[in-house]
Amino acid sequence: MTAPVRQRRPRQLSGRPGLYTSYAQQLRLLNTRPKLLTVSAIVLLAFVLPWLVADETLSLLGVAMAASIGAIGLNIVTGYAGQVSLGHAFFLAIGAYTASAVSGAPDDDTIGFGVTNVLVWLLAAGLVAAVFGVLVAPLATRLRGLYLAIVTLGLVFLGEHIFAEWQALTGGAGVGRPGPVPVLFGVELNSSGDVLTSDQKLYLLMLASLVVFGLLARNLARSKVGRAFAAIRDRDIAAEVIGVNLTRYKVIAFAVSSFYAGCAGALVYTITGFIEPSSFNLLLSVQYIAMVLIGGVATISGSIMGAFFITLLPALTRQLPTVAPFISEDASSPLNVFQVETVLYGLLIIGFLIFEPRGLYGIWIRIRNYWKAWPFSY
Amino acid sequence: MTAPILTFTGVTLSFAGVTAVDDVSFDVGQRELFAIIGPNGAGKTSIFNVLSGVYRPQRGAVTFNGADILGAKPDRIAAMGLARTFQNIELFANLTVLDNLMLGRHNHISYGALSAFVWLGRARRAELTHRAAVEDIVDFLELEQWRMHPVGLLPYGVQKRVELGRALAMQPKLLLLDEPVAGMNQEETEDMARFILDIRDELDVPMIMVEHDMGLVMDLADRIMAVDFGKQIATGTPADVQNDPAVISAYLGEDA
Repeated sequence: MTAPVRQRRPRQLSGRPGLYTSYAQQLRLLNTRPKLLTVSAIVLLAFVLPWLVADETLSLLGVAMAASIGAIGLNIVTGYAGQVSLGHAFFLAIGAYTASAVSGAPDDDTIGFGVTNVLVWLLAAGLVAAVFGVLVAPLATRLRGLYLAIVTLGLVFLGEHIFAEWQALTGGAGVGRPGPVPVLFGVELNSSGDVLTSDQKLYLLMLASLVVFGLLARNLARSKVGRAFAAIRDRDIAAEVIGVNLTRYKVIAFAVSSFYAGCAGALVYTITGFIEPSSFNLLLSVQYIAMVLIGGVATISGSIMGAFFITLLPALTRQLPTVAPFISEDASSPLNVFQVETVLYGLLIIGFLIFEPRGLYGIWIRIRNYWKAWPFSY
Repeated sequence: MTAPILTFTGVTLSFAGVTAVDDVSFDVGQRELFAIIGPNGAGKTSIFNVLSGVYRPQRGAVTFNGADILGAKPDRIAAMGLARTFQNIELFANLTVLDNLMLGRHNHISYGALSAFVWLGRARRAELTHRAAVEDIVDFLELEQWRMHPVGLLPYGVQKRVELGRALAMQPKLLLLDEPVAGMNQEETEDMARFILDIRDELDVPMIMVEHDMGLVMDLADRIMAVDFGKQIATGTPADVQNDPAVISAYLGEDA
């Protein structure tokens, strides 16, 4: 008798391209052809964009990409783990100041160590912010919901005061300091060279960072850790009874979230090139909350959509005066574009919560399902 | 007989003036199906909450599998192999059936956050192994058709089954079932009874069951403890407890 021949299961059955023949196929990140094609197309398009559009647009898109990293961070702690945090602006500030202190010129008025390697100051920005996140996390084990939101709000006010007063680091209120100095593999990213302009180089840096941070976050979300976050969000007592250590996972959530925020802060102010201490206020935190709610709670792609939406919104509202002459461009007159913007954040948050709680991601899912079933309505 | 898996000795739990559990003692054998019955508010669920570490009693001792677990945190007790279901379903409603079951394996999956970020390698291997283990439970509880559904959208009876599955995914050494058939129709009740018997006979897991369906309790349980107003009024075989005058008066009142 011969030993039974173990037949390898075919990787794909002919005529059934969508059928999974192993758990590994199903667990893949891009587990359907349409997903694979659209994501590759978007990433490819994003990488050739620097040669297609104006530098001004590139720098706006770069800010949106850096903000996406911050929004992913907030979504990890608030969307996935359910711990409402209004303190995101504080962590963004920590990252921005760490990065610019590490990379700043030593002979400047403000603290600087002159280490301009992007990889070094980006990691430093993330780690220092993560340390503060870990220090804040124990509050989350004691408080929940609105109480936690209020305490994290306190962080923003503490931060605002410290950043305004600590002139050696921040330059002080109304003065500010230059943002991080980016040098990667010997290439100065914030000055135009023969091949690429500074905007093109910075855009590519932001894109590469977003791809890496987005992929890492997506991996975390589908892992044991992501499931534990969701369990804590949905029912914390049940989570504990099935063996999830609440304290540990809340600490992980805050650490990862503030790491992302720190890196995002560092990257955003690399593009703007200047840090004004009063910009890390409650409005900034609210903008990030808006990104998460408008984009889609507990989704990575939603965070990115939300960040783009909120970052590109001002570019649209600035055009308003040409359409509606009663809106002024002057910040001192009664109804100006800045006020319209602030009102819009509020209206959009309320509108999305009521009409589309799953955010832009939910709208996308509905469009997708419609075309999946087309030409039938369901 | 080997040493009991659980001994519960002289436990008293009170909230301000109310004594929810009053000097209750029992033990559960290695392959036993032990049932706790009693009128509403008798303290049955409080006993479960003491066992799983949600409540901390004022007096008494609880030994599980040779270790003292009184006052330990719920996640520590869970890691030692004590799993439970809840009277009012406590599933993670936004997650799929598979994710809920995978959460049951939380303590058996050993990779950390850093491997999770990288995914390839350790995390992916572990996810595949445990997915296969969870599929055995899907198979055992006949949940195939619901796998990918968010549990919040499933019918009540199926949710109860998923919750049982999540507890089984923990590979428990002792399983606590809090009213497994509450609110179920005849057919769902019979299904659940079959699963409970299968768990005892095929998986060899001892169980403590709180249940109001007397038919089910009398048919399935090896031993029964009756409680009333936090006090233990009778412990013994179904036949003994059924004829115990204290139990009859607790349920039906005194003779006029």
